[in-house]
Order: sequence, then structure tokens, then C-alpha cells
Amino acid sequence: MSRPRTKRRPIRWHIVVFLAPAVLIYTAIMIIPLFGTLNLSLFTRGEGNTREFVGLANFVTLFTDPRWSGAFWNATWNNLWFFIVHMLVQNPIGIALAAILSSPRLRFAAFYRTAIFIPAILSFVIVGFVWRLILSPLWGVAPNMMDAIGIGDWFSPWLGQESSALTTLALISVWQFVGIPMMLIYAALLSIPDEVLEAAEMDGITGASQFWKIKLPLILPTIGIVSILTFVGNFNAFDLIYVVQGALAGPNYSTDILGSLLFRTFFGFQLQLGDPHMGATVATVMFFIILAGVSLYLFGIQTRMRRYQF
Amino acid sequence: MTTRKTLTLTTAIALCASGALAQDVTLTIESWRNDDISIWRNQIIPAFEAAHPGIRLDFQPTAPAQYNSALNSKLDAGTAGDIITCRAFDAALQLFERDQLSDLTDLDGMENFSDVAKSAWSTDDGSQTFCVPLASVIHGFIYNAEIFEELDLEVPETEEEFFAVLDAIEEDGGYIPMAMGINDQWEAATMGFANIGVNYWRGEEGRAALIAGESRLTDDEWVAPFEQLARWSPYLGRGFESQSYPDSQNLFTLGRAAIYPAGSWEIAGFREQADFEMGAFPPPVPAGTDGCFISDHTDMGIGLNAASEHQEEGRAFLTWVAGSEASNLFANAIPGFFPLSDAEVTLEDPLAQEFIGWRDQCESTIRPFHQIVSRGTPNLSNESWTASANVMRGTWTPEEAGAHLQDGLSSWYEPHQ
Amino acid sequence: MSARANILRSSAAHAILIAYTILALYPVFLVVINSMKSRRAIFNEPLALPTRESFDLVGFHTVLEQGNFLLYFQNSLIVTLASLFLVLLFGAMAAFALAEYRFRGNLLMGLYLALGIMIPIRLGTVAILEIMVAANLVNTLTSLVLVYTAQGLPLAVFILAEFMRQVSDDLKNAARIDGLSEYRIFFTIALPLVRPALATVAVFTMIPIWNDLWFPLILAPSDATKTLTLGSQIFLGQYVTNWNAVLAALTLAIFPVVVLYLIFSRQLIRGITRGAVK
Repeated sequence: MSRPRTKRRPIRWHIVVFLAPAVLIYTAIMIIPLFGTLNLSLFTRGEGNTREFVGLANFVTLFTDPRWSGAFWNATWNNLWFFIVHMLVQNPIGIALAAILSSPRLRFAAFYRTAIFIPAILSFVIVGFVWRLILSPLWGVAPNMMDAIGIGDWFSPWLGQESSALTTLALISVWQFVGIPMMLIYAALLSIPDEVLEAAEMDGITGASQFWKIKLPLILPTIGIVSILTFVGNFNAFDLIYVVQGALAGPNYSTDILGSLLFRTFFGFQLQLGDPHMGATVATVMFFIILAGVSLYLFGIQTRMRRYQF
Repeated sequence: MTTRKTLTLTTAIALCASGALAQDVTLTIESWRNDDISIWRNQIIPAFEAAHPGIRLDFQPTAPAQYNSALNSKLDAGTAGDIITCRAFDAALQLFERDQLSDLTDLDGMENFSDVAKSAWSTDDGSQTFCVPLASVIHGFIYNAEIFEELDLEVPETEEEFFAVLDAIEEDGGYIPMAMGINDQWEAATMGFANIGVNYWRGEEGRAALIAGESRLTDDEWVAPFEQLARWSPYLGRGFESQSYPDSQNLFTLGRAAIYPAGSWEIAGFREQADFEMGAFPPPVPAGTDGCFISDHTDMGIGLNAASEHQEEGRAFLTWVAGSEASNLFANAIPGFFPLSDAEVTLEDPLAQEFIGWRDQCESTIRPFHQIVSRGTPNLSNESWTASANVMRGTWTPEEAGAHLQDGLSSWYEPHQ
Repeated sequence: MSARANILRSSAAHAILIAYTILALYPVFLVVINSMKSRRAIFNEPLALPTRESFDLVGFHTVLEQGNFLLYFQNSLIVTLASLFLVLLFGAMAAFALAEYRFRGNLLMGLYLALGIMIPIRLGTVAILEIMVAANLVNTLTSLVLVYTAQGLPLAVFILAEFMRQVSDDLKNAARIDGLSEYRIFFTIALPLVRPALATVAVFTMIPIWNDLWFPLILAPSDATKTLTLGSQIFLGQYVTNWNAVLAALTLAIFPVVVLYLIFSRQLIRGITRGAVK
């Protein structure tokens, strides 16, 4: 790793100027309101409209009261599975597509790139509608197609079964967002200078082995970013679940992830009134889970990663 | 367009800057009824404004899924509209307890409503009322009369007849006997459990016993409806586990299913979309039951934002809503949302007449878990969605469902401990 | 490498890409064709192309009649572009500071700026709304631009800092020796070199802004400031969803984003080619 070794000077105002606008807007509109909310986790609603300080009691409830801990761990494990599916399916596909797309002299590359990215720009309402339509046992896009190629018996109402609903949703989400890792990795692959690749070709390293030996190590930092973004995105996800399965994340809470649990708790649903205090408690725990993941990346991986400057 | 823009502009000014500059007072109405935009703009608002010069109305609905959370945020920050459409029971009660809804106990026109009608928007002791009861919805079954005629079927009155009809349709094979899915879960609980259960727990009697702790969810009257639901599954067609609510509606209105477990709110939509004759019947009674019951659920009220600067005008509007002119207007403009006032109301839609006619034959009750027993964690009403769907999916037995709900209730509700 | 192997490889590449393109576009195609059919036809035969009997533009008519869609369109565009501009500018500046200079608290500042991607900003709604009320910004597009800028910054800084680290030190040091100020170095050397990354960040930032429903609903629900996504919500009813209109509205909403995407992805390519020349 190499960074410029600027000598210590009293105050380098340009650093302040570079940082100030972002830090100010971000602090005022995001950090202060959010920490105001997280702070609610230390309180509970007292008599009348008062707020009562309870310390960490809400966290104790969340982890030890079976009414809360059951739902919480269920959502956590589901979320982990949701993330694993993305890591195993979305990111490899994204890398593979980017690798193919970046091969030189590929025709229609811009068309493919745009087409594959389009699902990512759709709103969740549309994604939910169209996949429910495709997977619906009644209107039959999936069952009819499967019938047509003779595997109609394999069709089952995946979204309605506890065993398959979450994986199905994760795959829909993969379908929607695969363009994002693809874009990032594509950008990274394109910024590998031609000289490097030419030198590799001189040494007889071409094709697949060029990808594994030369390109992949060079884009590792980007893959790191993609992984951490997937992690953060998955542990914050909830819209898709809401649109496709509703706020109760059926069947039998099998698609409940932390985001959906959080929104149901915080804002309430139907007769369940919003509970900002328990909601904030769930949010704080989620925040620490994600913070742990990101810190692991920032301190453990990113600082050790070999980075090449071109 | 320009008139509407100026209108919103005045609203914005009236809301944001504290002094109302405009001469006319504009009341902004918060609602989750996106469906009714054209009815408000074309019928209700003109009728009111004609009678009340100086007060203008602006109907600003939010999509139902976001209504509660958006409204609560806006109330907390002080940007909500003047008139608030109230959800039934605790959601509205909570707003009142936080001093976000005005007390309407002595509103002119409130005397047009019975205590039962007001119960959904009153404090537990009934001493204060904070929303004008607007509408109730009735559960039952809507059927495709042409299919019934084609297959020569009688409208079932008892449960035995009900299943005989389902069998007959199944046997014919041309139609799906009943259109309902469990992907969204709530149909199973409301159009299923709450719909047919009333005959088992005998309406208000069973509901009161549950609240008092005298009846438990593991008792027969609460488990038997689950047993019935489990019997429905084979008649629902392939893949009902992932059939969504709009799927079911379309299945029925496209004429592919014979019976639809319904709420009366469907009437307006079905009228528009189905091109066949429809009929309706109340939940079939189990053998050995005397009398019959229907779920006639107080669903929608309308109240006044306590922070609104136009309390007087707001009350004038609500008094108008409580009167018989408005009752008739609402009832006929939105068939299937039945007025709760004592005023004489004439319904034009035959299907709506059919539904409201059951009020004379059967005893009315509201949904069992809406008052008091859904105040804790886990939330009994939401749990009943999951439980009903699980029973229909076959992953829980009716007994397990009852035991699960009872455990949840016992964990926080004192009369059940 | 023989020419034959080359052709084989390129046809394999095309086969894979075509297969995936179909997978990606087929559902979108379903949305578009169904937006042009009657409700009956949507559900009776969702796969079928609109025929003479089933062709029905009722959805588009409803959309265009209901409310001021052109205005909503314009609002969405203004909010998205303004937020994008601010996110990219401020984000790149902060990322440059983090990547370029060693100063005490650099890593902590990086972590601080990344906190925002770990909590959904929606949780801060009430406080944000209170700020906007106090600043008299309720029902203005400015309030939305501010929120989206704050929301987009963490991710932008996070990604851009990574790319800024890959900008050659030699170039910058050469510029310093030539006496260029740090600001000039940022604008004339660093920024052009990370154009591909800027384009990528622009795309990521744009999507959630364009599709967001929540903040327009809370901060700017008035008719004059409604965004397209909020405007289409009108067709999602409590019990009856007007699928024709929803599909039409959302079909219409796809195009501007695709156009924006195309613009940015061209920037991406151009940035790369120019970077190669350097």
C-alpha cells in the first residue's frame, strides 16, 4: 500500500474544504435524526405521554423474552440465508457477466450491459407484481412454460411454501440487482491498463488463466466493495418482502428478515401499533451487526488488501 | 389543473405559515381510501361545499399500506391534514391518547349513533368518543349466479349444504369451487376465520367471554372454525398457497371460480369487473345452532386533528358527515361500506341490499380480536392471520393453532393468566 | 490463438449474454405488453401479446387524466438530477480527502461517513420532518434534494474513496511540483480519472431516489411537488388495484431512468478511454 507521505503541517485547509459539505449535510440530515431515533431504544413509554429511561432493558427483552427473541433470531437467520444466496448466486454471476462483457472487441456489449442492468432500475412494485404473475399457479407464466418443456410436475407454489419462499424471494432479488455487481466489476476490469494485459499475453497468459491470474487479483478490492455492499444491502432490505409477501412476511414468518421485522415493529402493522422504542432497539442491534461487518472489512480486509495504482 | 394547484397552494400556506391568509378555509382530509378519490371529488365534496360556503375540502389519500406510518409521522411533526380518517379501535385510540385527535363526544350529530357503532372510536369506558363512525363491512360469500344456475345449485344455508355445493362444483370440474388464496394471509383470517367463526362463538357473546377471560382459544368454539378452514383447502384449486388477494378477485370476476368468501367492500369492484349475475349468502350455520350471526365490522371512522387550526370548520364538516344526507351519499357511492348511523338509508345496489338485509335476520358482531385482546405482544390479530393460513396450508392442526394463539394471549393478557 | 478458437469463444460469450439478457428482459417485457392490454386479458393470458381484441390503452388514459403527470415527471427529474449532482460533487470531494491525505482520524472519518449505509434513513423520518418544518421546507423539492443528498453520500464516499486510491501518485506529485493547488489537482486530475466510478455511483444513487415513495409522501405530498412514483400510488387501492394504470404509470417511469442510465454509461466508457490516453 502506498499513500503520499505529506509532511505534517499545521492545518491543511483544503482537507477541511473537501470534507465540509459532505460532512455537514450528512450529519445534519442523516446522523442526528438517526441517532435521535436509536436513542429511543433506551427509553420506554411511561404513563401518559412521558418517556421513561430504562437503560438496556429493551435489549434484554429483545434477547431473552421468547416473544421477541424468537422473532429476532428467526429474522436474523433468514437474513443470513438471504445474504448467502446473494453471495453465492448474485456476485459470481455478476463477476462472470462483467468478465465476458469486458472481453475486447465484443459486439453489442453496450446493449447487453444495459439490458442486464434494467431490472435494477425497476421499482419494487413492478418487480413484485411481475414475479407474482410469473410464479402464480393461476395465470400460469411459470407453470405453462414448464408444462411446455415437459417439467410441469416440478412446479409448485414456491412463494406459498415455508421451505421455498425465502429462497425464491432471494433469487428474485438476485435477478433484480445482479446488474450492480456487474457494473462495478465491469468498471474495475476496464480500468486495468492494456499494458498489463499485453505483458501477460507476451508471457503466454491468455483467456481463462489470464482472468484468474491477472485480472481477478487486480479487481479484488472491487470484489471486496461488492461483498460489503451486498452485506449492507441485504441486512437493510425489506421492500421486496413487503411487496411480495406482506408485512407479516408469510408463510408463517418464513420470509421475515431484519428489515421487515424492524419496520413492522417500528411503524406497526394493522392492529399492531408501532412501538418506536422496541423498533429502535431492533434497529440498534441491526446497526451493530452491520457495523461489525463493515468494520471487519474496513480494518481487517481493506487495509491489508494489496492495491495497485495505474 | 390550475385551480387544483392554487388549492393546494392555499392548503400549504394555511398549514405552514401560521396565519390563514385565504378567505376560504380549506380542510385537508387524510385517508387510506385511494379507491374513493373520484367519489370524493365528484360527489361528496361538491355536496358539502354547496351547503357550506366558506369551507373547502381537499381529499388527499395515501396508499393504504403506508397510511398509518405516514399519518403518524405527519401528526408527530405537525404537518398532517385537518380531517383524519380513523382506523378502528387501538390505532385511533392511541392517537386520541396522545392528544392528536380532538374529543368529539359532544359533537352535534353524534347522537345519531348507537353505542355499539361508537365503540370502535371510544375510550374503553365509553365516556369519550373521538371519531364519527363512518362505515362497517359485512362478511359473507358472494357467488356466481350463472354457475349456480348452470349446475343447478341451491344457495346453501347450513354447513352441510355448503360442502355439498362445493362437492358438486368440484365434481363438475369446469370451475374452481372457491376463490381464495393464502399468500397474503389476511384473507384466511378475515374472510375465513372471522367470517364463519361467528356462528361458533355466537357473536358478541363469545367475543365478550374471550375479553373477560371466561373463554379460551383452545375451547371448541374457537378451534372449530379452524377445523372448517382446514376442510376448505381441497376446494381452492391448484397452488392456492401462493395465490394472492388480487389473484382471487380476478379468478372470481373472470368467471373461473364459483364462490368467493367475501367482505362487502368487494361489491363496488366486482360490479365493475364481473359481467355475470352475482348473489350473496351469509356464513352457513353449523348443525344444531339456533339463530345466526354475521361479522358486521366497524371499519372506518372520521375524526379531527387536534392540532388543526380550523376546529370549528372541522366540526361543521363532521356534523354534516354524521347527518342523514351524507350517510345516504356515502352508502350509495361506495356500496359495501355500510353506514353506521341510525338514519334511514336507502341502498340501490341489490347485492349491497342483500348484505345489509342480514342485519335483520342475524345478530351482528365485530371481528373477535379487534378490541382489547390485540393490545400486547404478540399481537393476537396478526397472529391469527398466520395461524389461519398455516391451518389451511396444513402445516398446523386446528388444535395447534388454538394452542398457539392462546399461549400468545396468556403471555401478556391478565384475564387469561 | 487461432481464429477458430476465437470465433468459438465469442459465440459462447454471445450465447451466455443473450440467455441472460432474455432472463433479465422477459419480465420487463411482460410488464410493458400487459400495460397495453385490458384487465381481463392481463389475467386471462398474461403471456400473450396484445391482440386487436385485447389491445387497450385504458391504463395510459387513466394515468394521463389523473393528476398532472407531466409535472410529476418534471419533479422526479429535478429532484433526481439535483441530488445526483450534489452527491457526486460532495461525495467525490470527501472521498478525495480520505484517499489522498494522511491526517489524524482519517480511518474514523471514513467509518463515520459510512455509518449512514448501515441504518435505513427512514427511521429518522420524524426528526427529518421536524427539521424541514422548522426550515419551512415542507412541500418543497429542496427538502427532498437535501434528504437524498444525505442518503446518497455515504455510499458515494465509500465507493469513490476506493477508486480514488487507485489514482496514480506520480501524476499528482508531478502536478504538485508544477505548482498546481490541491483543488486543481482534484478537479483536473483525480476527478477525470475516476469518471467510470462516478458514472457507476451516479447510477446507484439515482435508482433509489427515482423509485422512492416514502420521503415524497412525508415531506412533499402536495400536488405541486408530487413525484412520479408517489403519483402512481394513487392506483394502488385498499382492495382494488388498478393494474392497468399501475402498469402504465410504471412503464412510463422506466424510460427516463433508462435514458439517464445510457447517458451515464456512455460517460463511463468515455472516461475509461480518456483515462487510458492520459
